[in-house]
Amino acid sequence: MGLAKRIIPCLDVDRGRVVKGVKFVEMRDAGDPVEIARRYDEQGADEITFLDITASSDDRETIVHVVEQVASEVFIPLTVGGGIRTLDDVRRMLNAGADKVSINTAAIHRPEFVREAAERFGNQCIVVAIDAKSVYPANEASRWEIFTHGGRRPTGIDAIEWAQRMAKYGAGEILLTSMDRDGTKRGFDLELTRAISEAVSIPVIASGGVGTLDHLADGILLGKADAVLAASIFHFAEYTIEQAKRHMLARGIEVRL
Amino acid sequence: MTSIAIIDYGMGNLRSVAKALEHVAPQTRVHVTQNRRDILDADRVVFPGQGSIRDCMHELARWELIDVIRDAARNKPFLGLCLGPQALLDFSEENGGVECLKVLPGRVVWFNELRDPVSGERLKVPHMGWNQVHQLRDHPLWQGIPQDSRFYFVHSYYLQSNDETLTVGQSHYCFNFTVAIARDNLFAVQFHPEKSAQAGLRLLANFVKWSP
Repeated sequence: MGLAKRIIPCLDVDRGRVVKGVKFVEMRDAGDPVEIARRYDEQGADEITFLDITASSDDRETIVHVVEQVASEVFIPLTVGGGIRTLDDVRRMLNAGADKVSINTAAIHRPEFVREAAERFGNQCIVVAIDAKSVYPANEASRWEIFTHGGRRPTGIDAIEWAQRMAKYGAGEILLTSMDRDGTKRGFDLELTRAISEAVSIPVIASGGVGTLDHLADGILLGKADAVLAASIFHFAEYTIEQAKRHMLARGIEVRL
Repeated sequence: MTSIAIIDYGMGNLRSVAKALEHVAPQTRVHVTQNRRDILDADRVVFPGQGSIRDCMHELARWELIDVIRDAARNKPFLGLCLGPQALLDFSEENGGVECLKVLPGRVVWFNELRDPVSGERLKVPHMGWNQVHQLRDHPLWQGIPQDSRFYFVHSYYLQSNDETLTVGQSHYCFNFTVAIARDNLFAVQFHPEKSAQAGLRLLANFVKWSP
């Protein structure tokens, strides 16, 4: 009896529509975030994360409406990331019904933003998203560095130090994505996940690279993550969330069924 | 039409609480309010809260809501959520120590350096996610909720009741701690029923029907 490890499906939203084609059987509208969120809730998702990838700032308001609609029908925690840059952005998302916001680039530009957001709204609703990649500097040991712009732009910031600093500034949780593994279906970077999880006292969500149900269980058992996030294996109905949880349970992981 | 007042004192997002109550009780009028009169007139009161206890107590004083909350907690169906029950106790360790509302006997204590008793691994704080709630005795608000159902939690401080007879629910995170307290017309939970899927919605539905 105790706290369950969480499974979090992630949806990319562009101008209010879910992209990367979610395919469930008998789905009326594969792009409708409300319908997809409801399906995941029924399957037993522990939380849902929306990543707003809307490029134009004029269209950003649409994610607020998405969150409002989902929060009126789906009663599990919702996280929104993408384009959160100001305290006002945070407030708008929370007022719309999000429980947490995920801050990425804005924290790198101005780390104090995380501190201010945590002080104003509470640590529980501030997730710091970290995109990390292995680097192999000449004459130095390899390490993990923070990258921005979808893994293209290095920042020179060490991922472990950054995670510790963000925790100190009041982040309630870390969403850790391996940019080496993202989209590869080869599994999480377990070494990275474990290094970050052991370096901070706040929960860590592992992300990037899930291709099989064993990858999810490995993230928890070997990566020491507190939660696992995945997109494509759930979207394309390769596996349901419930199947994933049964598999994790069979490997000795406590889950909510 | 019965009415429910959700006390809004500027601490956190109350929209989810309101939406969940409207979902389970469409025939009820749900107000999110800081108006004393609304709270005094409501048939039922929900006292939620997020953030730090010092800010919470400060805002309650600033909105002149302290006596109204004490009154409601004695006189009508009253549901405390998350930071709400912490504020109802005598004292919290958070923010260097804060005197609270003293509606219920007990204190609020930090989850300090927890280690898993079996593996020795450090446990994460905040205690975040879905934990089982063990119902210690029957209560109308537990009706229809299976024993040891999971609810969603996010908190770094926990309730330490001085009166064990008031504890109606416990969870385990390194040790057993109080997560639900009940006395007469008052029920208060550390978790978020509005974010706890079917089990949470059932608890809210039970609250709407409750006649203590």
